[in-house]
Amino acid sequence: MPPFTEHTGVAAALLRPNIDTDAIIPSREMTSVGKTGLADGLFAVWRYLDAAARVPDPQFVLNRPAQRGSSVLLGGENFGCGSSREHAVWALKEYGVRAVVAPSFGAIFAANCVRNGLAPVLLPAAQVQALAEVVAADPKYHQLTVDLLHQRLSVVDGPQFRFSMPDEQRQALVSGLDPIGQTLQLGERIAAFEARDRALRPWAYLA
Amino acid sequence: MSRGRADLAPSSLFDKLWALHRIAELDDGATLLHIDRVFLHERTGGVALQSLAEAGHPVHRPRQAFATLDHIVDTLPGRAGRGDRTLMPGGEAFIRTTREATRAHGIRLFDLDDPDQGIVHVVSPEQGIVLPGLSLVCPDSHTCTQGAFGALAWGVGSSEAEHALATQTLRATRPRSMRVWFDGQLPVGVGAKDMILALIARDGASGARGAVVEFAGEAVRALSMEARMTLCNMAVEFSAFTGLVAPDDCTFDYLAGRPHAPQGALWPQAVAAWRCLHSDEGAAFDAESRLALDQLGPMLTWGTSPQHASAIDAVVPAPESSRDAAAAQAAATALDYMGLTPGQRLAGLPIDVAFIGSCTNSRLSDLRAAAELLRGRRVAPGVRALCVPGSGAVKRAAEAEGLHQVFLDAGFEWREPGCSMCFFAGGEQFGRQQRVVSTTNRNFEGRQGPGVRTHLASPVTVAASAIAGCLADPRALLRTP
Repeated sequence: MPPFTEHTGVAAALLRPNIDTDAIIPSREMTSVGKTGLADGLFAVWRYLDAAARVPDPQFVLNRPAQRGSSVLLGGENFGCGSSREHAVWALKEYGVRAVVAPSFGAIFAANCVRNGLAPVLLPAAQVQALAEVVAADPKYHQLTVDLLHQRLSVVDGPQFRFSMPDEQRQALVSGLDPIGQTLQLGERIAAFEARDRALRPWAYLA
Repeated sequence: MSRGRADLAPSSLFDKLWALHRIAELDDGATLLHIDRVFLHERTGGVALQSLAEAGHPVHRPRQAFATLDHIVDTLPGRAGRGDRTLMPGGEAFIRTTREATRAHGIRLFDLDDPDQGIVHVVSPEQGIVLPGLSLVCPDSHTCTQGAFGALAWGVGSSEAEHALATQTLRATRPRSMRVWFDGQLPVGVGAKDMILALIARDGASGARGAVVEFAGEAVRALSMEARMTLCNMAVEFSAFTGLVAPDDCTFDYLAGRPHAPQGALWPQAVAAWRCLHSDEGAAFDAESRLALDQLGPMLTWGTSPQHASAIDAVVPAPESSRDAAAAQAAATALDYMGLTPGQRLAGLPIDVAFIGSCTNSRLSDLRAAAELLRGRRVAPGVRALCVPGSGAVKRAAEAEGLHQVFLDAGFEWREPGCSMCFFAGGEQFGRQQRVVSTTNRNFEGRQGPGVRTHLASPVTVAASAIAGCLADPRALLRTP
């Protein structure tokens, strides 16, 4: 995964609370076994007047000409709640989204973001609202910068906010390292734990 | 089951579960946790296993991984002759990929022809795969259901599932802890589904943001294992990391003799260890709250978030009464979607469909409770009613008691085990703007099909509504002999 240190891009605001993973990628859009081919299904219910025929709804924020190439989403409370489907993050990533900024996230969604190199940035609702108002005026000019090294959000000619991201998430994103590979390097400690644990809880081990 | 530390401070159940699985503290503030069980299903299991194989990672302990077919399988009656056919376009590929990948990795699959196939969170407890004190993950958000056994069980994404399969561990940041006390006794006709809906309605769908929520109190002790599962099932709708109920004799009685539960001399040893899995007197929580049950009535959702729930005898609330502007806007949007106006009575609202099933309410006790109301009665004309047992074992047990005949005589479809129409996956669906009263867990926009209007409720409320042809209070029927 490429390291994520800083990203600047056009931001789109979808501020309704409780946007669930089925709204991000409807289940019926997940038609093939795999992690790709999902971008067209992103927000399908809102994005298209007719999802089957892929007729865009000009009112939907991502379909506005000024929002072309949006790569940062501003969201409402509990963004990514609902089903644990990682397809929601795969769809966002394939569409080109690199960061989501919201007052709170579905916990599984946030973890899925990090595993795929997307930054889930926590910011109080009032500040998300302020950013949304600034970028809405001219999304192309008022691009948003997400700086993970300094944990700072800034807008060209607009406000700047500091945010705080759990170390675990930030380091995973900044390093871009493969978590399985990293954990396998701790194999000896895991084996030692299992040997001790098996004596204490033999019923936990089925082989 | 301490690890030999002289740790005398009172611990919560969650503290103990976390300590039991802690392998190492990592440099970045995360904890490396041991994962005892990984459960997969066909929606993502095939992807995860394929992806592991591509990366060249073997499954660390395939005997501790399990898989079932539930999410997109055909649940229409008489499935046995139809092979892998399912109504979801492309669905067969998910089934076959999962079958092939689990076979290649040596993982036990509850396949379509397995008598115990069913919904993961129904099958896992039935088989004794989840046990008190275990850690269990599954790429399904309702994995919190299994916290009812005093296990640390939570939903993860596919990549996390891959990590758990390859390393038997996960990196996790320690969640906050919370305890919710249910005080008093459940009135007649009111159950676990009503308890959890009332809690989420009161505190909001983000009320437990990332916390491990322990459900406690006399009323929880009095719940059966199946009812505890219903309670914990919807912890994720409360934004919890997971839900927990401390194990007790009710838990041990349920598990004794199940296929993967400890056998022989291991059983008393395990039970002795499990008896320590409770919150000590004086254990600290980041938050505690209480909810009184004595006045609780049957609950019903009116909107598009589980927090949009009221007592069945209430009226549709005005959006302005919401906690803040964003919630008011969301409530207004929800009412528009649901075709409701503030001040309208919920009871009496005509319905098109009644659905009984899902990992929330598809177990034997749910079916018994619904059948009790349906016995000798008929579904109202024009209402379509479905009952989908959660597993082959539930279906067999229900049929042994003749419950299937009660459902069929009442005019219900009696189906094959699976997740069925809890969600719309592109195959079967309810009609646009159809009003469905459902024992499922999510009433999101489009959850059960484009434009479908879902009202979440308990099995008895769904049964009563099916008979009345409209949203109905089950207590009226329970009072008539």
